[in-house]
Amino acid sequence: MQSLTNRKKVVGKKEMTWVEKLYLPAIFGGMRITLKHMFSKKTTISYPEQTREFSQIYRGMHVLKRDEKGAERCTACGLCAVACPAEAITMVAAERKKGEENLYREEKYAATYEINMLRCIFCGDCEDACPKESIFLTDRIVPSDFERNEFVYGKDKLVETLENPIDVSIRQTPEVLEFKKNKKLTHNR
Amino acid sequence: MTQFLFYFLSFVAVAAGLMVITAKNPVHSVLYLIIAFFAIAGHYILLNAQFLAIVHIIVYAGAIMVLFLSVIMLLNLNKDNEPAKSNILKLAAAVAGGLLLVTFTGTLKGTESIIASQPFDDQIGYVKALGKVLFNDFLLPFEVSALLLLSAIIGAVVLVKHDLK
Amino acid sequence: MFTPDLIFKVVLILSIFVITLVIAMYSTYGERKIAAFMQDRLGPNRAGIFGILQPLADGVKMFMKEELIPDISNKVLFILGPCLAMTTALMTSAIIPWGSNINIAGTDFSLQVTDLNIGVLYVFAVTSIGVYGIMIGGWASNNKYSLLGALRASSQMISYEIAMGLAIIALIMSTGTLSLKEISAAQAGFHWNIFVQPLGFLIFIICSFAETNRAPFDLPECETELVGGYHTEYSSMKLGFYLFAEYINMFIASAVISTLYFGGYNFPFMNSIGLSSNAVAILGVIFLFAKIFFFIFFFMWVRWTIPRFRYDQLMRLGWTVLIPLAIFNILLTGAIIFATNN
Ligand code: SF4
Ligand code: SF4
Repeated sequence: MQSLTNRKKVVGKKEMTWVEKLYLPAIFGGMRITLKHMFSKKTTISYPEQTREFSQIYRGMHVLKRDEKGAERCTACGLCAVACPAEAITMVAAERKKGEENLYREEKYAATYEINMLRCIFCGDCEDACPKESIFLTDRIVPSDFERNEFVYGKDKLVETLENPIDVSIRQTPEVLEFKKNKKLTHNR
Repeated sequence: MTQFLFYFLSFVAVAAGLMVITAKNPVHSVLYLIIAFFAIAGHYILLNAQFLAIVHIIVYAGAIMVLFLSVIMLLNLNKDNEPAKSNILKLAAAVAGGLLLVTFTGTLKGTESIIASQPFDDQIGYVKALGKVLFNDFLLPFEVSALLLLSAIIGAVVLVKHDLK
Repeated sequence: MFTPDLIFKVVLILSIFVITLVIAMYSTYGERKIAAFMQDRLGPNRAGIFGILQPLADGVKMFMKEELIPDISNKVLFILGPCLAMTTALMTSAIIPWGSNINIAGTDFSLQVTDLNIGVLYVFAVTSIGVYGIMIGGWASNNKYSLLGALRASSQMISYEIAMGLAIIALIMSTGTLSLKEISAAQAGFHWNIFVQPLGFLIFIICSFAETNRAPFDLPECETELVGGYHTEYSSMKLGFYLFAEYINMFIASAVISTLYFGGYNFPFMNSIGLSSNAVAILGVIFLFAKIFFFIFFFMWVRWTIPRFRYDQLMRLGWTVLIPLAIFNILLTGAIIFATNN
């Protein structure tokens, strides 16, 4: 068969020459390489003191955002759960009562919202699916733990606190930010 | 001091020798045999035959016993798969052992009268003296035994190589 | 009773013992550092500055670990195994000449514990019985992997002992003595045996890799096939003893190689730079240790470069390459001695 590229390499078992059979030149060649590596730059990052540089859109632990007034944005539509390929998200919806308008943005909200971090593959599909710009992935790392059920994160760990809101604007493209300025659209109201 | 060492080593050698034949587990027997070899090597040193002592350790304790040990470890000999020995066999073994004992006693009785014919030489067990004797006075027996060993090696190779054609 | 000679000997023995243990301890650290550096990593660097306290931390960890003796193992032999391995590893250091004579207050003291006139054979005998520690431990564990490791160790040891012995015979032929002290003294200055016996040296160093169970000949503890090899069942300090014995063996093997082939405590121009004999003796010790450290490094360097042999390759190399080569070396040495004597 004719090959499509000329990168084909024929491999075969050829008879070794006498020098090759001695193996010593090959051994010394290998030892030269290891010796060279002894003096080359080390790739280790000593973690707590140095940290690896993150990609700007690193997909780490999730956050459930609040809007400008501090109300939770999530409306428990379940689109993220449907989108999730790992089936990591579960939630229970509830209706907003009178007087809770400052807590929840929409009339329906998530009474519980859980992500199983052991199932999650950090693909970011939930972030894509969300119509309310509620869920985002951040550059925070899910810390290790000793128990399995500690990895099921509830709203206590996911929803951002009012005191330190988490900035996710870096994840939004200029087009999105431009789109959000248009206050005529219901989405942005 | 020397005397004390002699008795100590003799005691160890005899005790280990007895343990070799009384130990239930063949691996233990081999280990006791190694101890006996070391005691005998100690005797050689007492006799100022250091070369003999060290060669004894290298060859017997270091090589032959290692082979013995690895073969016995592989065989996994136990009491329950040991073939039962008939009484005739036991009798034959006792007679053979007794005859050996008689032979040894006879030989050792004969040596009693031998007195050292030469003045004691503290270099006698050293490599130089040994080499001189081996390669001058006993050259022929030495070379013949070398040939004997060679033939044994060739024999072993022939036994192992089935497809030698 | 307490002659100065005796006191000196006791001090010498104790210091050799301590130095051996310290070097073995720091070889573990060195091994990890060198492995790391060769793989572009940093290695242990948390305990103390540059991780210099790592061996202590490891030692403490070893002591604190739970002591396990398998129920169906043979207890006496199980404990005897590591003890034997350690003892035989330490025995050789008695006859290595660590330096030439040192003069204290008018008396000469030899920096060698004892000079046997069959020194080389003693080294050989101790290595040959060194395998018992591994065999007994492996068998007593009553575990198939341990047993296989022990069997491998024994057959590997026996096979490579022959080539090693033959290489030593060629060396003895050219030096004419079995005493390590005389062999060292004969290499004064730069008359090192490596220039007389290059082939013998090559055979000897390959065999010492096999005898110390170091990679690429570490088949008795080959993790990919035998879990942990002969020390699978061992834990705590008994495992520590086995690992320690390996490093001591490596140290002693380096010392023997330096003494036999690399001039021991001799260094070039030692007699022509006009130092007092004590200064030369002390410098000699330093040079000997420098050589030893180089060979320890060499052992590690090879370990982190060359992959492990397959068992049949190991046997083929031993029996069909090294032994014929060693015999050829003997014949060659004999021919050269014959030619130069006439
Ligand atoms: S990141 Fe992917 S896997 Fe994780 S919860 Fe979101 S959709 Fe599911
Ligand atoms: S996070 Fe977004 S997608 Fe998921 S339930 Fe809430 S609003 Fe819907």
